[in-house]
Amino acid sequence: MTLLTVNENGLYCKQGDFYIDPWRPVKLALITHGHSDHMRWGMGHYICHEHTVPLLKLRLGEEQSAQGVSYGEEFEINGVTLSFHPAGHIIGSAQIRLVYQGEVWVFTGDYKLENDGLSEPFELVSCDHFISECTFGLPIYHFPKTLEVYADINSWWAANAEEGFNTILYGYSLGKAQNILTHLDTSLGEVFLHGAVANVNEALSEVGYQFPGMRLGSDTNFSNMKGAVIVAPPSASGTPWLRKFKPYREGMCSGWMQLRGSRRRRSMDRGFVLSDHCDWQQLNKAVIATGAKHIYLTHGYESNFARWINEQYGLHATVLNTLYRPDMEGEDS
Amino acid sequence: MTFVELFERLDSTTKTSAKVNAIVEYLQYADEKEKLLGIAVLMGYKPKRPVKTSDLRLWAADRLAIPLWLLEESYYVVGDLAETLSLIVDQRQASRPFNIQNILEDLIEMQDNTFDQRKEKIEAYWSTFSSTALFLFNKLLTGNFRVGVSKKLVIKALGQHLHMEAAVVEHRLMGKWDPFAETMESLFHQALLAEKYFMPYPFFLAYPVDSDFFKTAAIDDWLIEPKLDGIRGQIIVRKNEVFVWSRGEDLMTDKFVEFQQLHTLLPDGTVLDGEILPWKNGSPLEFQLMQTRIGRKKLSKRNLEEVPLVMVCYDVLEWQSQDIRSWPLAERRALLADTLARYPVGNILLLSENLEFPNWESAESFRQTARQYGAEGLMLKRKDSIYEVGRKRGSWWKWKTDPMTVDGVLIYAQAGHGRRANLFTDYTFAVWDGEQLVPFAKAYSGLTDKEILEVDRWVKRNTKEKFGPVRSVKPELVFELAFEGIGLSTRHKSGVALRFPRIVRWRKDKLAAEANHKQDLLTLIESFK
Ligand SMILES: [Zn+2]
Ligand SMILES: [Zn+2]
Repeated sequence: MTLLTVNENGLYCKQGDFYIDPWRPVKLALITHGHSDHMRWGMGHYICHEHTVPLLKLRLGEEQSAQGVSYGEEFEINGVTLSFHPAGHIIGSAQIRLVYQGEVWVFTGDYKLENDGLSEPFELVSCDHFISECTFGLPIYHFPKTLEVYADINSWWAANAEEGFNTILYGYSLGKAQNILTHLDTSLGEVFLHGAVANVNEALSEVGYQFPGMRLGSDTNFSNMKGAVIVAPPSASGTPWLRKFKPYREGMCSGWMQLRGSRRRRSMDRGFVLSDHCDWQQLNKAVIATGAKHIYLTHGYESNFARWINEQYGLHATVLNTLYRPDMEGEDS
Repeated sequence: MTFVELFERLDSTTKTSAKVNAIVEYLQYADEKEKLLGIAVLMGYKPKRPVKTSDLRLWAADRLAIPLWLLEESYYVVGDLAETLSLIVDQRQASRPFNIQNILEDLIEMQDNTFDQRKEKIEAYWSTFSSTALFLFNKLLTGNFRVGVSKKLVIKALGQHLHMEAAVVEHRLMGKWDPFAETMESLFHQALLAEKYFMPYPFFLAYPVDSDFFKTAAIDDWLIEPKLDGIRGQIIVRKNEVFVWSRGEDLMTDKFVEFQQLHTLLPDGTVLDGEILPWKNGSPLEFQLMQTRIGRKKLSKRNLEEVPLVMVCYDVLEWQSQDIRSWPLAERRALLADTLARYPVGNILLLSENLEFPNWESAESFRQTARQYGAEGLMLKRKDSIYEVGRKRGSWWKWKTDPMTVDGVLIYAQAGHGRRANLFTDYTFAVWDGEQLVPFAKAYSGLTDKEILEVDRWVKRNTKEKFGPVRSVKPELVFELAFEGIGLSTRHKSGVALRFPRIVRWRKDKLAAEANHKQDLLTLIESFK
């Protein structure tokens, strides 16, 4: 029995007549998390984790019809039993579990096993069919321990401040930015936020999250700014917006920073290997631990990873051609 | 600063000044032997590779218990073998300091070891190095230590460190030297440096001419020469030695063997300025042939016969050991013509042609067709001009022909290497031949970083087929390519090849059907015959 298939609109459940993270407008959409390749505009009704609701309203508009559910809460659509489980990717990110006539399917959306200290940690959900992302599905991706990276970031900030430089940290405005803010040692200096980051923080404050940092705006006193940290999305790099922060140093936080080519292409002063996705070892661990006999792979090095788990573990692995796209430029990675 | 830290600093900046500063700082703190080896490595010194890279791949795959195909796929993504090996074998345990002397000595010694001994030594390094140190070790091991630092930049830093002129440092490091046989003292001993007879004069460089020039300039005041496309150089004959300097102020005597006998043919104390180019049977050969020849480590007799070099001379700067740069050009020119005629240098030193035109209009019509005469435009020099220093406006101008352009359709894309690994940056373009698109040029420069990302995303979404690293894409995007020359060739299916093709702009306003046809290119070739 097949519970989920890919059609021109997205990942479709025929039995329940709904979609998960669809890329074209449909009547009913279940959303794993708030990143733009998973949560798109134009759906009749959205169901997502309750912490994703304010993000959905921020990004797609207040008027959207959206319903929030909590982790572990079971509900039914046309006879398919559904529940959302923590994916550990960003705040509100979920794996979606589907049960129909005793068969269990899980779609991970984006996920990581490593605890980032902010989003609800990944929960292992046993299943028969496991649909996994594999953004970093090659053995060259071996991420360092998150806490060590944050220690590096803080000591780099301290060194920059001592030399009179401001520190600009780039991370995707939803997810990476909040992780960074949570781990910054705010005794080192002031923290400022790019508007895109401040907007997300404000939306998340509606469901109880608090982050350090002041929104940059017309009332900001730039002349007094010394040794501060500015958290901004990667798209801000290379723009005239940066001029006000001179002198500054730039650091990029992304899983892609593992490769020298990506580091050099961005011409950053520092690249921090910091990811909200699984690395090679985490992916292998997850795929085995679910106990699933059938594995489906989406965005990333899916054909290589499928061949590997096929040969290595004797699992039945298939590639699903979706439109979820890890952005090579460090957004959502 | 350790060598590893030096590398990290060099690697995290694209600014030349920051790189020079990093090297100078390193030189301050490193010990004398390590310093010399560090410099040698930065300048391209490498021990012979002790093992085949295919063995390294196997060992690395074994360590992580992955199949070889997965390592190859990873290599394809990373674009650099040393880096791929490092990422695969890194166990995040650094327990040994990075001692460049020990590493180099080990690599040299390994050449006499058995296969098993080599494997054991390399695996020991792999398990005790991590991160950058591991990467650098693998770079030295695989023998392609290119780190975005030119020889010139290292020389500049050394000059600052030693308080010496860069040209003097370069002269001391000329040719092959063994870093294990030399010391800083033996290389840069003050007494050796007292004399600077090998130094060139600063080159006088011309600006592109502007249209105002022609309103006032009287053509009779100007010496007009074809602008040749070679390497600008100075030949120095002093103290019974010959030095050939290129405009980048690189000493290239080793590469230009033709000129090495000039001290037996010309009087001592002569300095000539001109263009070095490949030349055979009375006309220039393709510039690219000379580039290839320069790139060779060893020159065979056949290379020399196939691509002989000459200097087309246009100035004499020193005569009988006297600096004559303040003489008017017309007088220097007369002396040059006389010298080249009097001494038996006819097969290696030629006199630059003096073109006579009745007015600027006829000069202009020559310029437009200059390529037919193997030139890329005209040089205009005031007959009474002195030889100045650097790039100056006023008495020397260059007047280049406009580049030719053609609109081609993108049909294949390939990922770049190094800085551009992961991105599709190498493109193949085609023109129409009836209903068919036939490839005629490859180009990988000219787009902005933003456009490169945009094309990359487009390629990923519009791939038709993959052949290894190459993807064929839907024939939709049109690009305007500029080039300096065109000829018949078997290199591309179209039977046509361009010289120096580069992307001028992405013609988003054009459909594939509006691109040029093969016949347009053939017509162009015909017009140069
Ligand atoms: Zn995501
Ligand atoms: Zn995603």
